Amino acid sequence: MKYIDEYRDSSKAKNYFDAIHKIVKRNWSIMEICGGQTHSIVKYGIDELLPKNITLIHGPGCPVCVTPVEKIDKAIEIASAPEVIFCSFGDMLRVPGTHSDLLKVKANGNDVRIVYSPVDSVNIAKQNPDKQIVFFAVGFETTAPANAQAVYLAYKENINNFSVLVSHVLVPPAIKTILDAKDNRVQGLLAAGHVCAVMGYKEYESIARNYHLPIIVTGFEPLDILQGIYMCINQLENVTCNVENQYSRVVSREGNPNAQKIMNEVFETSDTKWRGIGNIKQSGLKLKDKYKKFDAELIFGVIDYTVEESTECISGIILQGIKKPMDCPAFGTICTPEHPLGATMVSSEGACSAYYLYKEKN
Amino acid sequence: MTDKKNITDNLSCPLPISDYDVITMAHGGGGKIMNNLIEKMFMHYLSNTMINEKHDGAVFTAEGHKFAFTTDSYVVNPVFFPGGNIGELAVYGTVNDLSMCGAKPIYLSLGLILEEGFLIKDLEKIIISIKNACEKSGVKIITGDTKVVDKGKGDGIFINTAGIGIVRDDINISPSQVKEGDVILLSGDIGRHGIAIMTTRENLDFESGIKSDCAPLNDIVQKLIDEKIKIHCLRDLTRGGLGSALNEIASQAKIEIDVEEKSINVIEEVRGVCEILGFDPIYVANEGRFIAFVKKDDAEKALKILKSEENGEFASIIGEVKSKNKNGIVILKSLMGAGRILDMLSGEQLPRIC
Repeated sequence: MKYIDEYRDSSKAKNYFDAIHKIVKRNWSIMEICGGQTHSIVKYGIDELLPKNITLIHGPGCPVCVTPVEKIDKAIEIASAPEVIFCSFGDMLRVPGTHSDLLKVKANGNDVRIVYSPVDSVNIAKQNPDKQIVFFAVGFETTAPANAQAVYLAYKENINNFSVLVSHVLVPPAIKTILDAKDNRVQGLLAAGHVCAVMGYKEYESIARNYHLPIIVTGFEPLDILQGIYMCINQLENVTCNVENQYSRVVSREGNPNAQKIMNEVFETSDTKWRGIGNIKQSGLKLKDKYKKFDAELIFGVIDYTVEESTECISGIILQGIKKPMDCPAFGTICTPEHPLGATMVSSEGACSAYYLYKEKN
Repeated sequence: MTDKKNITDNLSCPLPISDYDVITMAHGGGGKIMNNLIEKMFMHYLSNTMINEKHDGAVFTAEGHKFAFTTDSYVVNPVFFPGGNIGELAVYGTVNDLSMCGAKPIYLSLGLILEEGFLIKDLEKIIISIKNACEKSGVKIITGDTKVVDKGKGDGIFINTAGIGIVRDDINISPSQVKEGDVILLSGDIGRHGIAIMTTRENLDFESGIKSDCAPLNDIVQKLIDEKIKIHCLRDLTRGGLGSALNEIASQAKIEIDVEEKSINVIEEVRGVCEILGFDPIYVANEGRFIAFVKKDDAEKALKILKSEENGEFASIIGEVKSKNKNGIVILKSLMGAGRILDMLSGEQLPRIC
């Protein structure tokens, strides 16, 4: 398959491994932001084949993992209402809330549907005028434009039985929080290619400058990641801290202006809680007042939820790259994909799940 | 700049979810959750020497003859899909389970559960397919049953078939026969059935030309036997795909299996859909593919036989049995050359967010 096979070519990959071995002199810790990158790294065994003095830290870029438990509980409550058709991206269904998950809600006879595009849920609303259709609008900047488009469409077409449960988060504030932490070990960053496809990478330039670290906008295929690591190590060894774009076949400095426009039309930034990390200022998106009538939290009155999360799981430390999944005593014992303690074990993009699937458990 | 804080001071995580108290779709998904149900409930209460073999069918002796016996239920939605329908699936599925025991399938039973309102003309189409599928695989339906349930209590039509086959005395094909050094063959490319079904479901708005691989496997298995290939174990790939089949045998035979990712063929259309949805074709369902564990010396000859079959062009040698391993483990050598665990899937594959 052209455009994919080319980026999985093992002989080209070997050249990159050799090149990285050649230029690396000291110990470095690089964080890949996105869960999709983590998954590729572990699936293809890239971390196993890198020089031992390069440590890859798996960042918080998995939307499923960082969605707070409160939102899952709200989703479960809304989805349990008999008049509701609850629409969600597939991998949110298994995420544990406090007492249940959406798969169980579905098993109890409620109408929970997997959709592939948020606009599909608007169409479901049109087809089911006697039902309330709620879409679980989850994700980073990557999914925000499509989710905004669904709300905009419902507004334009005056659809009154459609709403969204918004749980959107933004990458740059999370990066700053991680870099500000006193036990931060991150020396270089692989930025998430698809987030940058929407947002561009202008806002990363000040981060690179202020925190003195190289940031490489990186794709998701093995060769993308290897090239991103090479570019990052090259900067680290040469003591530079620029933003470089490895993923130029998809990403431009300005990003996608149409996508940004629809996001800004529908959403505005807000303080948001991250599962395992806590509250981060201006790190999320909420509906603008103009679109408030599509806010499922208001419609279903599920506003004031707070959940005290247990301390048994170390997903917070893992999301910040301070520890590896194997360092957790619960990993592979009481915490497995069948019985996840934390969301990093639930999502296919979560670091724990990736390690559990692809690496030795002991 | 905000105050420096150590975020790890305020760790949080949800409470653990205990065992499921209701059946979810994952209990039928062919992954770990289904296996847990089988192990912890069905095997716990119904254990005996034959069922404990955990083969696709049970092999038993009666009046000096060896027989294989199996049963399977079919609940596919949609009932008609590209490349087949529930009727032929119900014949081939059971024929294939018998074939995986090294048996020559002879008789099937046919149990129908019909929902009130199901179209007679659709039922007729299905029954004609069953007739044709029986002729193609050389079996007869010799007994049957029909039940009708109220509208809303079924999904149009559910079918159960049970089947019986004859096993030659000298044939002993089961996970317990797998030996170190055995070579593993895969009879073709994978993932067609699962993707064909998925792309016809109403909530997925794209079309593909992918047809199910749904086909009987008795002829090809018979050919391998007739050509005196030393077959130690066979397993057809159904729910849970190649990944689950390899893991089932690894754990039943208590072995380490090593497979090469690059030797597993997936046609471009299937790969394309998998890329879009975030699925791994290794876990996608098939209905006409199987893996064979054969003696090393016979591997090349067996491959030649598989390749000479219709749709056999993508047959390949995918790996070998390395050593005994008490937990049973499958190691996949990735395209990059690194080895990783190929685990059994937990529940169903769910399309990812982005």
